[in-house]
Amino acid sequence: MNQQELLKEIGQIRNMMEKSSKFMSISGLSGVLIGCFALVGAGAAYYTVYGTKSDFGYRDYYVLDQQVLWKLIVIALLILLVSIVTGVLMAKAKAKKHGQTIWNPTSKALLKAMAIPLITGGLFSLILIARGNYSLVASSLLIFYGLSLAAASVFTFREVRVLGVLEILLGLLALAFPGYGVWFWAAGFGLLHIIYGLIVHKRYEK
Amino acid sequence: MSLDLTLYDKVLENRVRLQIMSILMANDSYDFNSLKELLDVTDGNLASNLKSLEKEGYITVSKSFIDRKPNTRYSKTDKGQKAFENHLLALEQLIKQQYN
Repeated sequence: MNQQELLKEIGQIRNMMEKSSKFMSISGLSGVLIGCFALVGAGAAYYTVYGTKSDFGYRDYYVLDQQVLWKLIVIALLILLVSIVTGVLMAKAKAKKHGQTIWNPTSKALLKAMAIPLITGGLFSLILIARGNYSLVASSLLIFYGLSLAAASVFTFREVRVLGVLEILLGLLALAFPGYGVWFWAAGFGLLHIIYGLIVHKRYEK
Repeated sequence: MSLDLTLYDKVLENRVRLQIMSILMANDSYDFNSLKELLDVTDGNLASNLKSLEKEGYITVSKSFIDRKPNTRYSKTDKGQKAFENHLLALEQLIKQQYN
């Protein structure tokens, strides 16, 4: 065997080790789209709470109003649903391009790692809402989402780890400055996803 | 530098077998269908290579049923791990030797 063949062989070993243990079909562009959806959602939430006619910082409504609360929950769930569908469909397309499927040992490991922090965070937030601690919901969802990303990052792009840590930091800031939840959500679920998506797209999809 | 070819493993000279071992190095265990998808080989080719790795004592097989469908999982043995590491060392030495 000559030098080139040997190096190629070692490259293949490395490639197989990574391919078999990391789920790389997540589309960077889907991150950008999901970030945009989040910004639209944050905008809708802003107008639901602050109204359209007031100056900056003055609220037409408070979240304590039951009707406003339900509107916010519906907006959040709608954006979540659209984001998940977008993410899955675009991952499917990307996997197909590389002759792979999206339901394999790596995607299962990824979902398993995300599930515990995410489900915990979801239940945690539901309990907060049930007990009327609305001001803590935005920060706790950001924090638990960040934790789930950090846990999942072992099984996908390493950039996800940084994204997770930044989401946690934003969540902590949101906790320190209650009342600005919608801004931290726009930053965490909107801006960060867009930046992350562009970076992944540039590094891995060109 | 003298070349130590005792580390070079004839069993792992085969590309499919080497790749199977690479996958089992990075994962606790892997199932037949996922291996097939990843390696992009035929059932027969994969099965015969798995068989020879098993015969060599490099991997173990465990069969079970998930939703009544057979699920065959493979994992590396200590012997297999050692053989793989030695084979990598041999490849490394081969590369170094050609630089000198």
